[in-house]
Amino acid sequence: MISFGNIYDTVVGFAPDGLEWVAFVAACTILAFIVINAAILTTALYTWFERRVLGRFQNRLGPNRWGPFGILQPVADLLKLITKEDIIPDVADKRVFNLAPIVLVFPGILVFSVIPFGEQSFLGKLNVGVLFVLGVTGINTLAIIMGGWASRNKYALFGAIRGAAMLVSYEVPMALGLVGVVIMAGSMALLDVVNSQQVFFIVVQPLGFFVFMAAALAEMSRSPFDMIESESELGSGYHTEYSGIKFALFQLAEFMAPIVVATVATVLFLGGTRGIDPIPGQIWFLLKVFTLLFVLLWTRATWPRLRVDQIMGFAWKGLFPLSLVNIFVVAVQAFVFQDADGVIPTESLWLMAAINWVVFIAAIVFIANLLGQKKLRQEGAPTPSPLANMTAEAD
Amino acid sequence: MYGLGMLKGMGVTLKNLAAPGRLFSVQYPNRRVGLLGLAKENNTNVVSLAMERPGDALKALVGLATVPARLNQHPRFRGEEFTWYERRCTGCASCAKYCPLGIIRIVTDTTGQYEQDGGKYDIEVFDIDIGRCMFCGLCVQACPYDALHMGSGFEEGKYQRSDLVIDVDQLKSAPKKPSTWYRPQIESQKFDPRSVEERDYLQVGRHERPTENQQEENWAKR
Repeated sequence: MISFGNIYDTVVGFAPDGLEWVAFVAACTILAFIVINAAILTTALYTWFERRVLGRFQNRLGPNRWGPFGILQPVADLLKLITKEDIIPDVADKRVFNLAPIVLVFPGILVFSVIPFGEQSFLGKLNVGVLFVLGVTGINTLAIIMGGWASRNKYALFGAIRGAAMLVSYEVPMALGLVGVVIMAGSMALLDVVNSQQVFFIVVQPLGFFVFMAAALAEMSRSPFDMIESESELGSGYHTEYSGIKFALFQLAEFMAPIVVATVATVLFLGGTRGIDPIPGQIWFLLKVFTLLFVLLWTRATWPRLRVDQIMGFAWKGLFPLSLVNIFVVAVQAFVFQDADGVIPTESLWLMAAINWVVFIAAIVFIANLLGQKKLRQEGAPTPSPLANMTAEAD
Repeated sequence: MYGLGMLKGMGVTLKNLAAPGRLFSVQYPNRRVGLLGLAKENNTNVVSLAMERPGDALKALVGLATVPARLNQHPRFRGEEFTWYERRCTGCASCAKYCPLGIIRIVTDTTGQYEQDGGKYDIEVFDIDIGRCMFCGLCVQACPYDALHMGSGFEEGKYQRSDLVIDVDQLKSAPKKPSTWYRPQIESQKFDPRSVEERDYLQVGRHERPTENQQEENWAKR
């Protein structure tokens, strides 16, 4: 089986004595080339997948003209975007304007550098993988502000500012949602997290998974949280002024975000490459990632967009307390159930799962009743007529 | 409970994804067919199709086989390729006068040699700039002799705007398949412009063609 280690060993075999570092650099370049291209090709495939499935959700066919089932549509899209005129507004801050798309694409690719695709298959064996993922994905906020600010367009700036407020607040529950995973695994290295999942963490701590996925949906600014580029209000938000290859890069980053989120969630909550034995782990990994992608797509096809204040309220009033509850419960359980070596036995994991599902449902019901629409609605208050605003304007 | 409606909504979308027969896309110009559809299209049964052309049968089984699809189109559709009957046209240029965009240009023979012999004007130039035409059909309404009819085509994409100007030679050589728009006499014949049959200049007038005897009588009255 080809693994990243094998490639390195092969290249080192050709290197003369004393020049192993050249071999090391060459091997790293080859591996990075493979991984980056795989990520981008998967993104291209995902654009096709998303448009087809979304089309079927809406009783349409989706792109079906070029290639079998329209699978070559991304190629056509890319050709069209590359050949379009590259317009830079006269008043734009040209350096920042040109830099923004590049900065936005980087974090998505960087995340793939620490993802373990197998026991031997990863680029960097980082011992703070979880921190790295969180830190790197935070960069895209900067890129969005750069794009919105540099294009000197009020709508773009609106989108960027909304994005900044939203992404900064969703970083908090996302990071806190992962604390439970780190407590359970006892390590921040992604490979250790995968190895420690005797029972998948989605079963053991559903609350953490829920908080992470909701925050990640907002973090990658897709429906129902796509406030950054809400088409009906802001044109297209921070990339209103972009065209040509830069717009293509923005699109690439936007479509890569769900893949990155699904990959990270697979590693942290769905057991990564773990699976039933005869089928290799990489296949299990891909299967889990695409299942998660389908669920993300499903939510996108179903739920309408929230208002800005609703989104911020959901982050601070809904997800933040839920993530704190998750940390507290998991920490107490880990303290109670761990044995002398600090390892939690599998039977205890199942017991934890049972407790946590009850906590999950109870916490959500409690939060929903505390902050839900019914509580906010005053008793006996008259419902305003839907025509009220109209007549007020007419006067 | 709070949040239950969201799950219900997801059920609705999933039903739309999975339930068969909910697709309402009209496929054009090609329609995807399964194995049965392909066999029906070729007027054979599945077994003989699989024996004769296994490659196509396999493609149909995977879902890659397509057959040309025809859209349903009303015979009154106002389309391109104006149908023009030279034998009916007198060169009166009513169409050019009534055209709100002024895109019809008619030049008749100036020597006058034909009408000296009791004939009609010879038409040298008849340009219709389809690129600016809005297919309002006022030219067709204006034609006193039913010489100009709307066409029924729409697949006339060109690479240059100058190619969109229909000249007299094109009008002469175009297939005579008039749209039945504003032509009740053609519609009452149950004529479908998308069929293979054509209508010649004797069949498209709004009056019955007078017989030889009637013509002589008319001349005698004058």
